Formats: sequence, structure tokens, C-alpha cells
Amino acid sequence: MSATRVVVVGAGMVAHRFLESLLSRAETPLDVVLLGEEDRHPYDRVGLSRFFAGDDAEAMTLERSVLDDARVRFVAGDPVESIDRGAHLVVTRSGERIGYDRLILATGSSAARPPIDGADLPGVFVYRTLDDVQQLREHVEGMSRQIERPLRGCVIGGGLLGLEAAGALQGLGAEATVIQSSDRLMSAQLDLPAGESLRRLIEQRGITVRTGARTTRLVAGPAGAVIGLEFTDGTAEPADLVVLTVGVRPRDEIARAAGLDCGDRGGVEIDATCRTSDPAVMAIGEVASFENLCVGLVAPGYAMAEVAATRLLGGEAIFGGYDLSTKLKLSGVDVASFGDAFATTPGALDVVYSDPVGGVHKKLVLSDDATTLLGGMLVGDASAYGALRPLVGSVLGADPAAFLLPEGGVTAPTGELPDEAVVCSCAGVTAGGIRQAVHEQGCEDVASIKTCTRAGATCGSCVLMVKGLVSAELTSMGRTVSSALCEHFDMPRRQLFDAVRVSGLGTFSAIIERFGRGRGCDTCKPVLASILSTLTGAHVLDGEIATLQDTNDHVMANMQKDGTYSVVPRMPGGEVTPEGLIVIGEIARDFGLYTKLTGGQRIDMFGARLEELPLIWQRLVDAGFESGQAYGKSLRTVKSCVGTAWCRYGVLDSTAMAVRLELRYRGLRAPHKLKIGVSGCARECAEARGKDAGIIATAQGWNLYAGGNGGATPRHAELLAEGLDDEALVRIIDRFFMYYIRTADKLQRTAPWLEDLDGGIDGLREVVMEDSLGICEDLDAAMDLHVEHYEDEWAATLADPVKLKRFESFVNAPTTADPSLAYTPSRGQARPASTEERRSGEVLIAGTRLEVRR
Amino acid sequence: MSTQTLDRTTTTAGPTWRRVCSVDDLEVERGRAALVDHAQIALFLLSDGTVRATCNRDPYSSAYVISRGIVGSREDAPTIASPMYKQVFDLRTGSCLDTQGKDPARLRTWQARRSDGDVYLLWGRAS
Repeated sequence: MSATRVVVVGAGMVAHRFLESLLSRAETPLDVVLLGEEDRHPYDRVGLSRFFAGDDAEAMTLERSVLDDARVRFVAGDPVESIDRGAHLVVTRSGERIGYDRLILATGSSAARPPIDGADLPGVFVYRTLDDVQQLREHVEGMSRQIERPLRGCVIGGGLLGLEAAGALQGLGAEATVIQSSDRLMSAQLDLPAGESLRRLIEQRGITVRTGARTTRLVAGPAGAVIGLEFTDGTAEPADLVVLTVGVRPRDEIARAAGLDCGDRGGVEIDATCRTSDPAVMAIGEVASFENLCVGLVAPGYAMAEVAATRLLGGEAIFGGYDLSTKLKLSGVDVASFGDAFATTPGALDVVYSDPVGGVHKKLVLSDDATTLLGGMLVGDASAYGALRPLVGSVLGADPAAFLLPEGGVTAPTGELPDEAVVCSCAGVTAGGIRQAVHEQGCEDVASIKTCTRAGATCGSCVLMVKGLVSAELTSMGRTVSSALCEHFDMPRRQLFDAVRVSGLGTFSAIIERFGRGRGCDTCKPVLASILSTLTGAHVLDGEIATLQDTNDHVMANMQKDGTYSVVPRMPGGEVTPEGLIVIGEIARDFGLYTKLTGGQRIDMFGARLEELPLIWQRLVDAGFESGQAYGKSLRTVKSCVGTAWCRYGVLDSTAMAVRLELRYRGLRAPHKLKIGVSGCARECAEARGKDAGIIATAQGWNLYAGGNGGATPRHAELLAEGLDDEALVRIIDRFFMYYIRTADKLQRTAPWLEDLDGGIDGLREVVMEDSLGICEDLDAAMDLHVEHYEDEWAATLADPVKLKRFESFVNAPTTADPSLAYTPSRGQARPASTEERRSGEVLIAGTRLEVRR
Repeated sequence: MSTQTLDRTTTTAGPTWRRVCSVDDLEVERGRAALVDHAQIALFLLSDGTVRATCNRDPYSSAYVISRGIVGSREDAPTIASPMYKQVFDLRTGSCLDTQGKDPARLRTWQARRSDGDVYLLWGRAS
């Protein structure tokens, strides 16, 4: 059977989704040609503003493996110029003629330029492609160097894109003004009261807004570039640059020229199967006109891509119409609109909550009997968007006011979501699809749902809802979530810890033979390494234990994205001498390392190759430094303020206590990383309550807080004990940490551990202060053993030739550098080159950077 | 391709066994990288004594780090977990057993064998 030749014109997000869907499901041979106009791999156009937040073009590239598929030929930078429908072929700009069995038009849109004088002047930009934003950024940076004052940027168009562009201009240091011809911002999504609320939020962010302002022309200065705008009311606005975001036009030129039916307002007409007036040709995304409407949003384009792929493979899918739900991506400004937001359904009712002081305006649109959710607008607080959007068209099941009121009113209604509700709009997965994956494919957690359905694998915003659905479904099946560590051990970490302790077994092979099966994995091996470290005090690289370690523990450094490592020497309490700083500076300079301060008051040096680590550490150890264990599931840092030693307000010597604690717990292996903070007074400059153990000085002594957490799920630590002297403080932390180390689940930090613990903070207090379990003596002895056995892992490694063998780059070329490494200069230092920079040859620093000196 | 008599280039381009290192250079269940011509190979000595060889490049991160992952098993398959984003590969075939929600990608594998205390790779264009 010969392969079906599929030609896809346009290489944007929708084309990429189409290919992804087609290739993953095709059971018959395919021969796909993808033709793009831009000289790039398909990228995330929706995330264009991320470009200004520091992401490079590489980070925005969509999943590459789709185009690496052997069935696909991708041609970038050679757009299709004409279609010969009679001969079933397309002709590209370079003259290549490519035949097709099925043709997919996914040419998207171009940014519209309004028909006003001066729209083509230098200094006037559109905001559509990576090239557009790159040019905009270069222009702003160039002008900023010439002009002393902040640049003035005007954005014409106050829709979603216009507001994002204004935010981007601000991010580049320019003053931004949004010019909107309608009476309100985001007029396609918001009504007047909601638009007014949004205006206040935007203005609070420092962006000027002019509504009802129709631009008559853009004015050129003496150098020929734009210098201002004039409006119909005779007023003017100065501008050093202008960004046009007044809408998009479908790229239907080649389709029109080929005689395909096109809509009155542009776009290639399609039916619900995405077929155009030619049965061999389909159109998807922004170029497609469905029921005489083209829509410039990616989600409906994705829906069309799925329909087209299904149809091409002989399936039955239909496109059910546009979902116009949108959410603004501008930091600090939360806006969303979904479903029938303008209440156009006959008899629709509004429920409105408005708090002008708090900058919040929310509206839900309900059916005439006030039961079914039809749509809504959320300004100032769109946290309910994720929960509400899937409910459109179904019964709300609760007092609508509960969804509108702030704080505690909204809980993600996972249990009662109808099967057809879309939970993941990126992958188009419904609640029913997730339930089915649990029932029929045996998925038991978010990771397996991601693999089976792709839900949650793209933007991740639905992960919590997916998790809720999975556990609700497992519960309804009468199942409890398995507590097995992994496929090799049926018991959870806590039980395994006890089993190893009681049995006295000291090697992985013996433990897995007695208590498990198989040869282990990257879950159970590091867990056992940690348990054995606590129980025996063995070095991370002692014998078989070395093979259990994650790469970070194995080479005692932190792996970075290019496979090199970062190095963090310990600086107890954040103290470092001038001599120490000079040594670190010299090492970083000699090895060409990128240096940055960490959040834990120490210095991180990046870009060290495997074979360089012992050379770097020899110099650090010689200068008196020791391992900072920044790589380990172990104590990281003890952050502190200067306390009574220097501070006018200090109550106790917080730095001295921080140094004492750091030296006591350094190298202590735990289920997850441990952090401590010590503040010298109630001003809490060390942010101690965000740490696993937080210590705050008071006139009565130390107050100890337990179970704090920064990171993705911040949590304030809770008061465990107050008014402690130094010795009592240390003893209680000893017991708290050791009890946690013995009883926590794999990779469970103290915050969730404390939440799960019987009695919570009160239960912990009973165990460590009142000895309710009678284990305090045991816990104290275990911690004393740790303190007694501590040795610097790096010094011990440097003294052992067998351990040093592990740092050879290649078994048959022990000092040869990884030839794949390449770097680019950035702000006076080196960083790993992106794939794009490697391809373009702009890599200025090769992998081998210098002769290593001893 | 048309039939032709074999010339010198086609006969020499076939794979041959190439010595890489000695078995003692490897450690049970911990990988080592090797440089063969300009290719980076990851070598693994398993607990049953067999040697496995894959490409050292992690297809998900494009970094050359596979040799630095954790060796283990999944049912009957000996496995390597990439240290970068934790995808798990079958050491026998290179196929990905746990994609972590990403698209499937595989590791290239080579045949490896032990002989007289040395490790050999079946090396050449056609492997």
C-alpha cells in the first residue's frame, strides 16, 4: 500500500498540533510535507510575551520530536505561492512542486495594519511573530541608548494582545500608553463595567489608557520615524514607537487564487468536518472560516486540528463551533471571559459581584431558571476560571454566589464535573476521558494520566483538577491509592526504614533480595541510599552505595541542563571571609564558571565539567571550604540576619546560632532537602517561617517554628516551642529532624509530613517535647551518631583514588571534555548556547575553555 | 539499488568488533561514558555480567548524560533512567518505557560483548 501524501501549508501551532495528532494515531503509511513561511521550527506564538520575560526563542519552540518523525519532511522559509488543484500539487517560492493526496491549509493570519496615514513609518511595529518581537526589542534597546528619558510607546488596540504588548513595553523600560477606539478595554470579551474594572487595574500597573480615541494619522519626525499620533478630536499623543494590535487578517490569498470558496469577511470556508469547497483540501486554524467567522484564538484551532486529523484517518469527528474563552496573560492583571459572557442567550440571567476598591468584578451568566452556567467574565480575580470554564452548559450545583465571593468560596468542583466537560483545553481532554483512563487503562496518578491522555502535559494549569478527578475516581472504585514505594518494594518509605533498621542489613543487594524484587529503579535506589546514610553514616560513594545515588549525589554537584554541574561550597550562616571570596573568584575565573548568588546566602558556580570537579574541589578544600550539599536531599543552608552582632534591633545573636546549627546538621541525609532560617528579632529578616525549621529570637529566648516551605506550595511554619535557651532549641530540632527522617514518605518535605502527622503540630510537640512515644532517647542517639560521624564528603573523596575514578569523563579518554558543550556570552559571563545559536554558529565560547591549572 | 560487484568501500564499511575498555573499568549497575571515534557511548555492566551499550545522548534534553543515570529494572527489562528528566529506557532495545508525558523517543543501542576481560562494541556504519 502506498503512503498517503499529506501536504500541510503553514507551520504554526495549529499545524504542529495537527501533525502531532495525525502521526500518533495513523496506522497506515503516511508521507507528510510541512511547509512554513518563517525560517523557524514551529513555536508557541501565544507565549510571545514570554520572550520579554527572558525566555529565548529556543524555550518557546514546540515539541521537536513531532518533526523528527521519519514520515515528515519539514521545509522552513519556503512558503507555498500557489495551488494547482487540478494537478493536486503546490508550488513553493523556490519553485519546488509538491504533489498531494490531501492538502491542509494552516496558513494562519497576519497582523492587520489600519488604513491610516503613517502606519508604515519606521518605529511602527506589529506583534505577531518572533521576528516582530525581536525587532521591537532591538529597536527599544537601540533607542534607549540614545535617549536619556524613558521611551514613550503607544499601543493602538486595547484587546488581549494590545495589553500584553503594553506589558512587554513596560518590561523593556518604556512608558506604555494603550489607545483604544472603543469605549472599553477588551471590548470583545468584557462589558462596560468589567472593562472599567480592568482599566483601573491596568492603570494601577502604570500603563496609561485612552479609550474612545480614534487615531487619524501617525506623525513622522524630521528623521522620518514616527514621533506621535493624532486623534479625531484634534488631540495628539507623543510616541517614540508605536505597536499596532488592531486585529488579524486570515492568510487566504493562495486559497482565493486557487478558487476555493472564501468567506465575505475573509478566510477559507469550511464545514464542520474542516473540509473546504474542494474535497481534497481542508483548512484549520485562523485561516478557516466556519459559519462565516474566523477566530484568532489557538484553542478552536487545536479543536479543528483534531477534527481534521481524525477525518483524514477515516474517523467521524466534527467541529462543534468556537469556544471563545480567553484568559489574559499579563502579570498582576487577572482577566478571563468564557462561554456566553455577554448573556446573548434568550432569558439569560446575570449574577454580578463588584468590588471597585479591591479591583474585582465578576459576572456569571446563567440560564433563565438560574441553574445552568452559560458563561462569565472575571476581572481582578480569575482564580475560578479553571473550575468554571469546564462547567459551561451544565448545572452549577451550588449557589452561584459561592463562585463569586472572595476567599474560600470556590473549591474546584471535580467530583460533579460532567463527563463531557473539557478539563485540559490544551489537549482537549474531557473529565470523562480522564475517568475512562482510570477505569480502562489503569491510570492511578497524574503522571500516568499525562502519558495516556496528554492531559496536563502542556501548560499544566489543570493538573490539580486532574489529580482531584483521579483520586475521586479511585475512591469511587473502592480503591485506595497505593502506598508502595515503587514496583520493587511494596511498602512505603517509613516501613522500609524500619525494616532496614531492624534487620541491620547494610547493602542494597541484600535489602532488595530480602524485602523487594528486581534490581531497583531511580525511585527506590536513592531512597535506600538516604536510609543507609542515616543508619550507617557511610560516605555517598562507599562501595555499592555509590551506584544507588542520583547523579547529583554521585558527583556531589548539581546537574544543569547541558549536563555540566554547579558547585556550591558551604558558607555556614552565610558568612564568608574576604580571602574566601577571592579564592572563589579565582576558581570561577580559572575554570570559566558562571557565578550567581543563591537564595540561601551562598555562591553557586555553574558550568563545571565532570572531570573538572575534583580539580575545583581540591582548590576549595585547600582554602578551607567544604561541601555545601546543595545537591543532596539533606540540610542545605541556614539563612540568617546579622542579629545582635551588628543590627541595632537584634535581640539574640542569630548568625552565631545559624553557624552552630549549620555545622551540626551539615551532611544530614533526609527524605527531601531541609532548610533552616534564624532571625535575630521579630522583624524576621531571615524569612525563617518559610523554612523547615524557623527560629526567631525574642526577649524570652528562641521561638521554634516547624514545617514551613517556600517553593511551589508556600506554607508558613507553625509554632512548636517558645522561649527556648540554646541547648533546648538544638535538642528539639534534633528530635524533630530525626523523627521526620524516620517517618516521612519518599520526597515528602516537612510541610506535607506535618500535615499528615497524627495531631499535626500538637502531635509533633507531644512526641519531641513530652516523649509520648518513648523514642526521644533513640532520636537523640541517632543525631549524636550523625554529628560524630560527619566528615566532609569532598575532602574524603579527594583522598581516595578509587572514588576519583568516577570523575573521569570517558572510560577510554579520562580527561577529554564532552565535545558537545558550547557557550554564549551573556552579561559578561557564559551560559549554555541554545540549539538555535549552535545552528547559526553564533557560539563564541567552545566547550574546552581553558587549560586547567592545578 | 542496482546489483554491483562489491568494491572495497562497501566491504570495509560493515560493522566490526572494536575494543573499548576492560571489564574492570566498569562497575556493576553504574554507567560509564566512552568515546568511540567521535561518538559518545554509554556502557553498562549489569548484575548478571552482561554489558549493554547505548548512545550517551539523552533524546529528551539533548545532553550527553545517559551514562550518569540510575540503572534498574522494570519487570524483566534492565533499564536506565535519564538523570535529566527521568525518562526510563530499556537497555536492551533503547525504547522508552516511561516518557514522563512526552512523546516517545528512543536511545540508539549497539551490540556489546565481553571477551578475555575486555569490552567490545559492534561498531560501524551498518549497526
